[in-house]
Amino acid sequence: MSERLTADVAIIGGGLMGCSAALALRRMNLSVVLLEQGWCGAQASGVNYGGVRRQGRPVVQLPLSQRAYAIWQRLPQLIGSDCEYAISGHLKLARNEAELASLEDYRGQADGFGLQLEILGREALRQRYPWLGENIAGGSLCPGDGHANPRLVAAAFALAARNHGADLREGTTVESAVFDGRQFTVCAAGGLEVKAKFLLNCAGAWGAKFAEQFGEQVPEYPIFPNMWVTEPMPKLVEPNVGIVGGGFYVRQVARGNFVLGGGRGTGQLAIASTRPDSAAMFASMRMACEFIPALRNALVIRSWTGVEGALPDHQPVLGPSVTTPGLFHAFGFSGGGFQLAPAVGEVLADLVAHGATATPIEAFSIGRFNAAS
Amino acid sequence: MNEPRIVIVGAGPAGVRAAEVLAAVGLRPVLVDENQRAGGQIYRQPPAGFVRSAKQLYGFESAKADALHHTFSQLLSHIDYRPETLVWNCDGRQLDLLDRGQQRSLPYSHLMLCTGAIDRVLPFPGWLLPGVYTLGAAQVALKAQGCVIGSRIVMVGSGPLLYLLAYQYAKAGASIAAVLDTSSFSGKLQATADLLKQPLTLAKGLYFLAWLRCHGVKVVEGVDKIAVSGEQKVKTISWHKNGREQTLECDAVASGFGLRSETQLADLAGCVFEFNQLNQQWLPQRDLAGRSSVKGVYLAGDGGGIAGADAAELAGKRAALALLEDLGKTIDPREGRRLDRALQRIQGFRRGLERAFPAPVAWARECADEEIICRCEEITAGELRRVVNHAGTVEMNRLKALTRVGMGRCQGRVCSAAAAEILACSAGKSLTEIGRLRGQPPIKPFPVVVGVALSSARETS
Repeated sequence: MSERLTADVAIIGGGLMGCSAALALRRMNLSVVLLEQGWCGAQASGVNYGGVRRQGRPVVQLPLSQRAYAIWQRLPQLIGSDCEYAISGHLKLARNEAELASLEDYRGQADGFGLQLEILGREALRQRYPWLGENIAGGSLCPGDGHANPRLVAAAFALAARNHGADLREGTTVESAVFDGRQFTVCAAGGLEVKAKFLLNCAGAWGAKFAEQFGEQVPEYPIFPNMWVTEPMPKLVEPNVGIVGGGFYVRQVARGNFVLGGGRGTGQLAIASTRPDSAAMFASMRMACEFIPALRNALVIRSWTGVEGALPDHQPVLGPSVTTPGLFHAFGFSGGGFQLAPAVGEVLADLVAHGATATPIEAFSIGRFNAAS
Repeated sequence: MNEPRIVIVGAGPAGVRAAEVLAAVGLRPVLVDENQRAGGQIYRQPPAGFVRSAKQLYGFESAKADALHHTFSQLLSHIDYRPETLVWNCDGRQLDLLDRGQQRSLPYSHLMLCTGAIDRVLPFPGWLLPGVYTLGAAQVALKAQGCVIGSRIVMVGSGPLLYLLAYQYAKAGASIAAVLDTSSFSGKLQATADLLKQPLTLAKGLYFLAWLRCHGVKVVEGVDKIAVSGEQKVKTISWHKNGREQTLECDAVASGFGLRSETQLADLAGCVFEFNQLNQQWLPQRDLAGRSSVKGVYLAGDGGGIAGADAAELAGKRAALALLEDLGKTIDPREGRRLDRALQRIQGFRRGLERAFPAPVAWARECADEEIICRCEEITAGELRRVVNHAGTVEMNRLKALTRVGMGRCQGRVCSAAAAEILACSAGKSLTEIGRLRGQPPIKPFPVVVGVALSSARETS
């Protein structure tokens, strides 16, 4: 069986980045074919923690993050569902004075980006959040941050893109992508061939593989977030809770379950090969109970992991190719892409339609790796 | 070569017979079991101090139960037996155990999975009312605790367990108001040829039926549209027979539509699965001897496909022989062939049982939108159908992701059969096409406090 398609834009990867780009492009009336090896949103986009968080991001990400924040507020109008998005706040805890100082320092750096960070000392924190444990020096609250259900978001973007006329092909593995100086030809298993003027590489942990086909070397590696969830518990914790330096993060969803993460699972570049790691789970259990002692009484009902793409500097690759005109990359979000994704889609659409975007993305250029070598 | 580290999971008929074969050649397998005492579900032993006799507990099967329990007691000093221990994870090299409240890791070189079965649950109106049990749970109540589920009980569903349990309950002095069989008399007649492959077992089944009828128990075959109602608990049950509705007062209902293999550990161990038409379930691939697709992992008993207790004993022995062979030990090939033949005969009988007691074919079509399918997450049939129609979902894990079905405490052990039927029916696909839920640890809930204690101990040591 062979099938030939032509579109303005071909997209490799049906994760949150690819799906939000597909929707943004369709809203500009450009034709789109998206190729996804599995199901849209079933990999990193679907298995991550679901934090819609700006606090703690590197300052260079904040303009992009703020653009995304504005889109999150109108999710129902955009994709027909709020995907359980809740503005619950994000509380980052400090165990000692040094960590608290680092939170104050960050508040200074992030000033002017509209995060409205509030630093809380030991007593203020205990008063506002009586469920917190003992050994906490303070914390920083970003009241506008929150969370959403990752299982629903990419699927909803995919559905919205499809309803807007994007041609989404699931179960379609891309085998090669080439540029002949005029247009791209993308060949997929099963004999599908797509010709397009523009190509978006939104292939997540597989992104470096496609960049390489265009002569661009990126030191991307897979990471496997270690996640677990408890049975439903009485409503107790409103904000997302994290800790300076990472190690664990937790939120309680509307149904009462606590969703937690910390440490890494194991696996290879195939979602079927990934496994959560018991020891990592035990370690994050201990941390979680130190900060939220009530969790001691919970039962874990499931743990999981998945594949995410990461880069050594923990910044994504986002922007134009340095070798190939019409090729744009968006991958390797290093565990922090969920909140950014709606803006990434718009930025990619800007780049395709206008050759430029108003959002500063220079820090994420793929050229930073070539320069280093 | 290092001493093999053999772990058997499940101390039912398959696990005990496997341990017996291995211990006989001087190996010392670890036998891990979730229950307090050995015997599995079928030959479940009451807690120490309960005084019902084997004859009372197991009826016709008391000699087999006695023999298995006797073998086990002789084995005890030759094996490493770990009762009250839940295996909640397997990473392909080692098991994670919840051993009487403690987390332990148990590495293995060879893993024998004898994990048994659970009732196939197909919801009907009122199935969540207090007083509605599965057949399996009702049997556990009788065997383990010597109690019955009500004072006026209706047994409903399909499968041989329906009649066996009704008989066991009646013999124990319980009042059975009715036995409602969703399979028909004519279907059973068509299956007779296969059923005659085990004439003794067939005779027992016929005996239960005759005994129940002689003792005035109402037995109705070919019923459909079962519905239970009541305010706070079961008060009445209604059904249709030949298009006519009938109602009966009762205070407890036991229901079941056959059994499903417990395959979660095989999944986590990395076994390849295939859809089994006879069982109407995805099962780990295995050869006749019980070898799975993963080297060193074996399957025996109902956990690898439903075949009953007699087959489980044979399969436990057969898989243990295969394990010995794989270790390079010399085994008597005649013994293997004898077991293979016996297992094949039972498999023929089993085909007959499936024809005699098919799961209700129209169930998924007729199940009302408001019926709760996943009781942990309170997901209705209507919500599942809406996602299939709205998002075009055609695969089980996608259905889970988008609806939460199978995401609760049971992790799909109870609800996935019904959810799969609804998905397949709504999407116009076969059960094979929609795939199966991917397993995740823990296979049963795991207490956070145990993980915390372990992590703290590691820190201080």
